[in-house]
This record gives sequence, structure tokens and C-alpha cells, in this order.
Amino acid sequence: MTRRQLWQRFIAHLDLPLLLGIGLLMTVSLLVLHSADNGGWGQPLKQMLNIAVALTCMWLVANLPLHYLMRTAVPIYIIGMVLLVCVALFGEISHGARRWLNLGVITVQPSELMKIGIPLMMAWYFEKHEATLTLKNYFVAALLLLMPVVLIVRQPDLGTAILISASGFYVLFLAGLSWRVMGAMFVAALASAPVLWSMLHDYQRHRILMLFDPSQDALGKGYHTIQGMIAVGSGGILGKGYMDGTQTHLDFLPERTTDFIFAVYSEEFGLLGNLILLGLYLFVIGRGFIITANASTYFTRLMAGSITLTFATYAFVNMGMVSGILPVVGVPLPLISYGGTSMLTLLLGFGMLMSIETHKKLVKT
Amino acid sequence: MSKRVELKNHQREIFYFRLRLAVSIGFVLVLMGILLARLVYLQAVRHDYYQTLAESNRISIVPIVPNRGLILDRNGVVLAHNYSGYTLEINSGKTSDLEATINELSTLVSITPKDRKRFKKLLTERRNSETLMIRNRLTDEEVARFAAQQYRFPSVEIKARLFRDYPYSEKTAHLIGYIGRINQTDVDQLEENDLAANYRGSDYIGKTGLEQSYENELHGITGVEQVEVDSGGRAVRMLSRTPPASGNTLVLSIDAKLQEIAEQSFGNYRGALVAIDPNNGEVLAFVSRPGYDPSLFIDGIDTQSWDELNNSPDVPLNNRALRGQYPAGSTIKPFMAMAGLYYKIRSPDRTISDPGYFNLPGSSHQYRDWKKGGHGIVDMFKSIAISCDTYYYGLATEMGIDNIFNFLSRFGFGKKTGIDLEGETSGLLPSQEWKMRRYKEKWYAGDTVSVGIGQGYSLVTPMQLAFATATLANNGIGYKPHLVREVRSSRSNENRLIGTKPEFDLKLDPAHLDLVKRAMAAVTQPGGTAAKAAAGAKYQIAGKTGTAQVIAMKQGEKYDASKIDERHRDHAWFIAFAPAEQPRIALVVLAENGGHGGGTAAPIARKVLDYYLLGKVPQPLPDAADKGVEEHD
Repeated sequence: MTRRQLWQRFIAHLDLPLLLGIGLLMTVSLLVLHSADNGGWGQPLKQMLNIAVALTCMWLVANLPLHYLMRTAVPIYIIGMVLLVCVALFGEISHGARRWLNLGVITVQPSELMKIGIPLMMAWYFEKHEATLTLKNYFVAALLLLMPVVLIVRQPDLGTAILISASGFYVLFLAGLSWRVMGAMFVAALASAPVLWSMLHDYQRHRILMLFDPSQDALGKGYHTIQGMIAVGSGGILGKGYMDGTQTHLDFLPERTTDFIFAVYSEEFGLLGNLILLGLYLFVIGRGFIITANASTYFTRLMAGSITLTFATYAFVNMGMVSGILPVVGVPLPLISYGGTSMLTLLLGFGMLMSIETHKKLVKT
Repeated sequence: MSKRVELKNHQREIFYFRLRLAVSIGFVLVLMGILLARLVYLQAVRHDYYQTLAESNRISIVPIVPNRGLILDRNGVVLAHNYSGYTLEINSGKTSDLEATINELSTLVSITPKDRKRFKKLLTERRNSETLMIRNRLTDEEVARFAAQQYRFPSVEIKARLFRDYPYSEKTAHLIGYIGRINQTDVDQLEENDLAANYRGSDYIGKTGLEQSYENELHGITGVEQVEVDSGGRAVRMLSRTPPASGNTLVLSIDAKLQEIAEQSFGNYRGALVAIDPNNGEVLAFVSRPGYDPSLFIDGIDTQSWDELNNSPDVPLNNRALRGQYPAGSTIKPFMAMAGLYYKIRSPDRTISDPGYFNLPGSSHQYRDWKKGGHGIVDMFKSIAISCDTYYYGLATEMGIDNIFNFLSRFGFGKKTGIDLEGETSGLLPSQEWKMRRYKEKWYAGDTVSVGIGQGYSLVTPMQLAFATATLANNGIGYKPHLVREVRSSRSNENRLIGTKPEFDLKLDPAHLDLVKRAMAAVTQPGGTAAKAAAGAKYQIAGKTGTAQVIAMKQGEKYDASKIDERHRDHAWFIAFAPAEQPRIALVVLAENGGHGGGTAAPIARKVLDYYLLGKVPQPLPDAADKGVEEHD
């Protein structure tokens, strides 16, 4: 085999436009991390390692034919559920929540696994019953979503639970859940809100109100929002310039390499930079939608759609939270925030998208 | 509904899916549009505003520490409050030579070696670049002297701070507890519970007692000031202010005067007293002797005082009422009698003949009665009034450990009472399963015998015994004991009353209750074991004396108090409720190494009852309770 053929085989299952978008966002990540690390290389280097690991996994998944992918749905879901139950029973408590499971060698956070496991399982289920879908099937699928979500809510990790619910809801939506049912669910949720509210304790209500009015919690999470908004706003149209963000470099911004990295970027690159960033995100999301539209089977359509929409949601929620229109929930900015786990989860998703795109010619429809 | 399976039209399906996809794309575009609008608003429209904020960011967020809630007794007597005083504080970050500064300061205000040690400790423990206290409670004169020389000490300042004070000091130390400086463990704990934000700026946190268990009520909500500071860090302008909300006031069910009288009635004895209103579980007095001065702990105790407290043979830091575990001795008998009636092991009129000892069938080991030669013919009523051991050896043996365990645990033995203090111990109510677990050994019939008179493996805390006595006094309807009666909110006029509903009803037979209560009343009548202590009372006391063995007696050995080291003498118990027919108070007295319940513990109880029921203040306050009274148990 010639070198050229080897190369061809290596990239055969990669989707180049998608890879381009991801690569550009990762470059932004390294640049911003360098600045957020006050000019140091420690964080960017570690992030490079995260990226390398995640890209390798993405490549592996991309090369996995679809029927293998489908076969992993049930085992991943079951393992995820077992781990979630284990966490509930004897997970490690950190910062008042039980999210991690110590397996001796490593600690894992099963809710991360379920970010992929749940849509996978639901898509698998719909594919199984594709020919004879009735309302009952949607109900079962919703149950598949609710069981792990309840466990995650109880950890408590409301942020992750909401985002996972969203990714599951996208599967339901794309699978064709009727508008009428969705409308009814929406009305029911609205109607039950005051009842739920009246059942809460004073301090719980206070907590929720604090989420929506950060100035109420200026010593805690509200401080993050206030400083984040100052960073974004003071960036102006053109930004303060790379490595010149005062909020960042004078230590006013908390969690500036993780959840609040968008504030660093916004401060230094301004509205113009933000337009470019939003453009990059839209490019990746758009490519995801194209892959979804071209997907050949019911399973792959649902999966691709859910992955793409979830990615878009994460990006929106993080930027919304930093710019003060959404409450502070712990969601990293996808592909940019520092962190190995979220990088891995995201790239596993993109690996699936690539597999869906590049294997479709081999699957008969 | 049609169950016909319909093969779907593939084209149609794709069409519908793409429709959904189009909706999704629209959804994403709307989200991104919202985001873009927000960013334009922040970065273009409001840019100048945020620019200013960032320029002078130097917006400093200053926490305002709330005033800690007060603790009052049931009549409004202050048991814990705050007073303002002046402290001398050093900003260690701005001081180059701390030692020299302190030496120079000591020429103006007195700085003791203790102060220096404490300052060094604070220096190693400090959490952020706050200023550190070198002296507290400055006198007016010292304040004036320092103020005149202030220019010489740019990094030293006088601050007005609130101090916690406990007017009843060691009399309520085990009850109120104390606050202390927040240490790393507390910080971790606060972060775990997501409370760290509310403690920004707080220096103190409840460490023991009610200060600890009601920390969340007492602390209050930290306020915050956003101030603009100049480059030198000085505040230029206040941007916004959220005032702090003071902690809530705790109104206790404790009667401070009663607590004081109870405390003094102990004389030189160590021990514990718990008095409960059986009708609602309110704890009226809660004494653990000896106490200690809680104020020593607030700003970090110096090593010398700590060693004294920690190594004292009297273990003043041990909360005996809550954590002390002792054999119940004969105070268990009324409960054993209730059990015997419940399981129909003994009818009230069945008598035994007491030769002064008991032995198990086929064994020569003698379980002795406290009275040599025995009490003669004894029925249940008499067994309580004169405290016959032999009667209960037999009763326990016939009932068996399983029944004893089941019945006594319903009264709360072997379990925490759930009183609103942390660190309660659960005593020990032995069972077959417990012994197997603890000693890997099966339960022998001989183990049961001594459990019948509250010895053997069984242990109780004074708190538990008080709870059980209150439950018995209230005819089996139990209220969870609690020290706090009411939490008064500082923000609204909303007052929360605590624990007004009964926890459980044991559904005891009224006939059984009547018999046992009458027998307990006979304990304080002529012929009973506590007759002398109750003599001349204007109300009827139902009680039971008890003696808890500290060291085991060998077969045939005679107990002789005078030959035994004082600290190995028996503990004296007395449980009581009064008035016997309509109890308003139930109490437990434990006098460590006090000898006999009737002689030592019952007189203490009498003084407490006299005050609570008649308002009679003992005059003059008693010297140590009479010793050597030839009453036995």
C-alpha cells in the first residue's frame, strides 16, 4: 500500500468540513487558555493532551460501522444506569452533591456517560419500533429518559439533568412526537409550576430566585455573573486585545478557564470576535444538520439530530449564563472550556456524526 | 382505535422528519439570535457603563456580617448575646516586621503572652488577607491611648466588633455550647453544604451545644455592599447595599432560674440533671456538672487552659447529660414492671418470697439483693416501693431478653432521643443479636438476670432516662425532647414553635400505669426508698431511686463505701415526676459517685421540684447534699 492509500484510508471516515470547524474552535480554545493562564502554557498543554485523547476516540468511533454503534446502545445505557444507582448508594460527596463514583483507580461521573447513553438508547428504541410507532412507544422512550434524569436530579445536579432532558427531548421531537402532546405537556408544566412552587421551602425558593437575580447572591454565584457581565460588556466592539483583558488578568473573573472562559474571549476580542465565534459554532451546527438531513436510517437521523441540537444547546446555555440571561449552572463552553471529560463526550458525539455521514453509502435504505 | 399495522410511506416520513429538522434549525437560529442581541446590548449599547465598571473595577464587594441571633430562656432571660467592643487588629500583609510592631504596641496597650500566642495561631490559620486581631476587649483608656499614637502604626487599626457573651457561663455551657473561630474543617463543611458564600466575612461559627445545632438559624444572612474603591483600595462611593439580616432568636424551654437552682443543688457532686415537661417534651433544665467557661473557646483557647480542662479528672468538657453512659440501676424497675404486666409474666398481686438472693435453676451462683436476708413476701407494688432486686431477677429471667429488648426500646432505651443537640450517645440496650455482633458469643440466661435491675450490659444516658420517665409520666404518649421552644425570625414577625405534636403513643394499659405510678408514689412515702427526701412536700412525688455500680462486687463481698476510693463509689440515680397524679415535670438526677439514690440524688430533685411547682427558692443554698444517710436502694 502506498503512503497515499494509507492516508486515504485514515481519513476515509472523517468528515472534513466538520473536522475543520472543530479544529478551529479548538485553536480558539488553546489561544484563550493561554491568555486565561496569564500567558502560561500549563493549561494549554494539558488541554492539548485532552484534545489528542478525544480526537483519537473520535477517530475510532467514526470508523465504527453503524450496526456496531447501534449494538452499543443497550449495554451503555444499562452500565450507565447501574453506575448512577451506585452513585446514589455510595458515591463520593463533593461540594454537597453525590456525583462521582470511586472505582479504586479512577473516579467517574456517570452522568457524563449518560449524556451520550440516553439519546443513543432512545434512538435505538425508536429504530426497533419504527414500523409500528404509537403513543405508547413515545411514552416508553420518555420513561427511558426520565429514570436516569430523576437519579441525576437527586444527586443533586440540576444543570446536567436539564441538559440531558433536553437531549432526550430532541430525540422525542425528531421522532415525531405530535405537536398536540407537546402542547399538552407544556400546558401541564405551566399549570403545575405554582403548585410545585408552593410546595418548596423558603430557602429553596430563595435559591431559585437567586438564579434569576444574581445581585441577590453577590457573594456567591451572583458574583460570577456580575464579573462575567462586566468582562463581556467592557470588551466593546473590538475588544481589549489579546492578553489585555483587565477583568481576566486582574483576577476579577472566577473560573476563567472553565465555565467562564467565554468572558475572557469576549473581553479580549469584543463583539467582532463573538460574531466570529458564533459563526464557527453555526458552521459546526449547520454541518451537523446537513449530516442529519442526509442520514439514511431512522436511528442515525435521530442520533445525528440529537447530537447536533445538544451541542447547540450547550453553547447557548454557557454563553447565555456568562452574559447574564440564564442562571449559572455548571455547563462548560463546548470545545473551548478547559476539561478532558467534556471534550471527550463532545468528540465521541462528533465521531458518531462522522460515522453516520461516512458509512451511509454502505447501508441500504 | 385501530390496531391495524400500517407500513409507513417512506417518502412521507422523510418529509415529516425534514420538517422537524427545519423547525430545529429555526430553533437554533432563534437561540443564537437572542444571544447575539444580548451581546450587542452588553458590548455596544451598554459598553460605556461596563467600561466604567471595569476601569474602576475595582468594585469591591464587601460582606457585612449579620448579628448572631440571641438565645433566651423561656421567660426571656438572656443566655447568649452580643456586645460591642473594640479590638486591635493588624493587617499582616502590610506589616514588614510583625514582631517589632507588636512589641511597640505593647508599650501602649497591654499585650499578654497569651495574646501573642493566639495571634501566631491566627496567623497560621488565616483564610484570606483580612486583618488579624491582636487584642480584644480594649478598655476605653487603651482605645484613647492608641488613637493618639495611631499615626505611628499605619497597618494597625481599631475595629468595633461584636462579641459573644454567655451570662450564665459554666452553668449553661453544656447546653448553649460556644462559638469559635472558623477553621479549615468548618470551611470544608461549609463548602460541602454550599454555604460558603453566606460566611464570607464571618469569623465565628457554632462549635458545640445549641450554638452548633442551630447554627443555620443563629448565623443570619450576610449582607453585601458593592463599593467603588480607588487604586489604593479605599472606598470612594457605595454602589449598592443589601443589608444583612440578623440571625433568628432562639427561645428555649429552659427556665434559667430552675437551671441555676438545679446546678447549685449538686453542691460538690459531679453529675447530670435533665428535667422535662412530660406534656410537651420541653426540656426545663439541662445540667451537666462540672461545667466550664465557654468564653475561653471563642477566640481560640490557650494551651494552658486547654490542658487544665482536658486533663482534669472531673472531665468538665464531657456533656454527661447527653453523652454520659451509665448503668440505669434500679431506676429501670418501673419500666421492667410495665413490661412484666404487658407480657403477663407477673400479675400485680402475685408475690414472691425473697430470701435475699436469686439463683438460676441448676446454678449455685447467687445474684444478691441489696438487702441482706431479703425483703420477705414481695408483690409488684412493694417491689418498686422498696426496690427489691430479687423480684426483678426472676421477672427478667422469665420474660427473656427478647421481650425486654422489645419493650424497653419502645421507651427509647438504646436509641438517641433526638434532642436538638449534636453528639448524643445512644446508650446500650443489649439483645441477643447485639451480643453476637459485639462479642461473637451467644446470649446466656445469666446475662438476662442483671439486665433486670439495670446492670449487666445495659447502659443509659441521663437524657434517655429522662425521656423514658417523661413518657411514663404522660401515660405512654411521648414527645421528642427539645430545648428550643420557639425560633423568632429577625426578618418577619414569624415565630416558629417547635415540637408540639406527640411523637408516639405506646398505648399502655391504664390499669398497669395506675399500679406502677402508685408504687412510684409510694417510693417517696414513709417506708419507701426516698421517703426522707420527700418528707413534708406539699405535692406528691412519684419517683424511683437507683444505684449504678461502678465496680463489680465479687461473690460474697460486701459493699463498703468507706473502703472504696471516692471515684469508684456507686453513682446515685433518682427519677421522678410530680405532681404524681397530674405530672407537670419529670426529671432525672445522676450524682456521680454519690452512693445511694435516696440519700444523694433525691434531695437534689426535691429542691428542683420545690422551685418548679411551688416557686420555693432553697434558702440558704445547700451545701453538699447530706451524706451518710442510711437509706438504701
